[in-house]
Amino acid sequence: MSDLTTKTAVEIAALVAGGETSAVEVTQAHLDRIAAVDDRVHAFLHVDAEGALAAARAVDERRAAGEPLGPLAGVPVAVKDVLATKGVPTTVGSKILEGWRPPYDATIVERLRAAGTVMLGKTNMDEFAMGSSTEYSAYGPSRNPWDLSRIPGGSGGGSSAALAAYEAPLAIGSDTGGSIRQPGAVTGTVGAKPTYGGTSRYGLVAFSSSLDTPGPCARTVLDAALLHEAIGGHDPRDSTSIPQPVPDVVAAAKRGASGDLTGVKLGIVTEFSGEGAEPGVMAVFRDTVDTLTKLGAEIVEISCPHFTYALPAYYLIAPSECSSNLARFDGVRFGLRVGDDGNRSLEEVMSLTREAGFGPEVKRRIMIGTYALSSGYYDAYYGQAQKVRTLITRDFTAAFEQVDALISPTTPFVAFPIGARTSDPYQMYLADLFTIPTNLYGGPGISVPCGLSDGLPVGLQVMAPTMADDRMYRVAAALESAVGTFTPPAL
Amino acid sequence: MAAISREEVAHLARLSRLAVTEEELDTFAGQLDVILQAVAQVGTVAAADIPPTSHSVPLTNVLREDVETPCLTPEEALSGAPDVEEQRFRVPRILNEDLAS
Repeated sequence: MSDLTTKTAVEIAALVAGGETSAVEVTQAHLDRIAAVDDRVHAFLHVDAEGALAAARAVDERRAAGEPLGPLAGVPVAVKDVLATKGVPTTVGSKILEGWRPPYDATIVERLRAAGTVMLGKTNMDEFAMGSSTEYSAYGPSRNPWDLSRIPGGSGGGSSAALAAYEAPLAIGSDTGGSIRQPGAVTGTVGAKPTYGGTSRYGLVAFSSSLDTPGPCARTVLDAALLHEAIGGHDPRDSTSIPQPVPDVVAAAKRGASGDLTGVKLGIVTEFSGEGAEPGVMAVFRDTVDTLTKLGAEIVEISCPHFTYALPAYYLIAPSECSSNLARFDGVRFGLRVGDDGNRSLEEVMSLTREAGFGPEVKRRIMIGTYALSSGYYDAYYGQAQKVRTLITRDFTAAFEQVDALISPTTPFVAFPIGARTSDPYQMYLADLFTIPTNLYGGPGISVPCGLSDGLPVGLQVMAPTMADDRMYRVAAALESAVGTFTPPAL
Repeated sequence: MAAISREEVAHLARLSRLAVTEEELDTFAGQLDVILQAVAQVGTVAAADIPPTSHSVPLTNVLREDVETPCLTPEEALSGAPDVEEQRFRVPRILNEDLAS
């Protein structure tokens, strides 16, 4: 393993800017690492070596010409296959988009290019971002570098596995119910879900439009903050984008790195501090609370009584929106078409195409959503779930009148073995128990590594008020300064 | 009592334009029943007078500046289509649906 692949994004950018290495060398080192380990990890669905080296050469040329470089210039990044990348295959982990090459870039991908980062390729994910393990990817699961027999989390498990396997120092994920934070937690990496509307959804293949939030993944809190800053901010092409500047997450991460949380008040969510979580996870969480106290934080317990209903509300709202969004996969404008023999009707071809193109979890969610939205059931299911969403938002608002941020374990259990939860879909849903409330509320949340349970990583989740993303970075960076980063065994 | 029957799942599959197999229907009927029984918990929350939230960002009628911006060429727009004819998406027969059934 090259030294360059173990460095942080901050270190790589400094080496490139100082001329101590070139962006091409950095990129080649990561491509070599991918070639050496990805047959075992399977973090990537597509590696764009040619595009990456061309982007790296462009950075080196700009430096040679004396042009100013941004704070992430020359740093490789792995992009979850949910974002449209011009001319580069984009599958969303689904057979229905196999071979599709988008004719345009997502806003986030445009901003990554503008920042001088080097896109290595597209990472594996549960199909349409529906899942918590990558086992629902149509292209097979990714594996956790901590233990290759276990899941790397999901849906963005390809991105988290790439980070933990040192195949990339930065990655992009998308978080609808925990798909950035939960993979971060189980791989010992950092994953941040920005405030909803703080990062653009333009060019993000839609799953649940009122919840989908793209965001940064990294091995350190400061690297995540720098990536957050590079991709965040208002986008006129996304009608739900918030027309305000990105909170100063980089300054907050630097401030937090001093390890001083004096004056910061944190709330432990009563409902998430016992039931439903593994004892080993709770033991690490309790130690983490002690650490945060030693760093100067004041810690109180706060009840958020409706968080208990977040999981059922989410599994009505998200499938409802998905059943509507995925109607666009009709075998007409892009992607797969099956059964068009000249005799079958459009509707028959559509049904055969969707049957062949979608995997079982996507079909389940489309049908659940169709059920929850159908007349006669709408009020009892979708309508009621939207009311519960209001109550969860009120719980957050009331809590943030008393504390600066809320904390919980990120996920109830450490990385589970591949195959352990696929036969009972609801068991898979429980992986998102602690992350979902934040999505329903629309606020930011981050997972930062806080310890090991039986040799497997545990994450601390920090939840902050909407557009106060900087607060969670400060807390996460302070914790990181105290407990350090976590390195998996050599692959 | 089951929340949903095999026949209802078959109906949902038709509404969802999914040509599911008989075997899938057997599997999905049990799984959807478990999921629906679990999510039905939302019904136990007293929320009669609570307004619904569809979206966390309270924005309405968002418009951008009315200026020309580059857009896709016809070739680019059609580049991912399964079937194309004369710069158009070519679709299977949509008229006389009745004759097919």
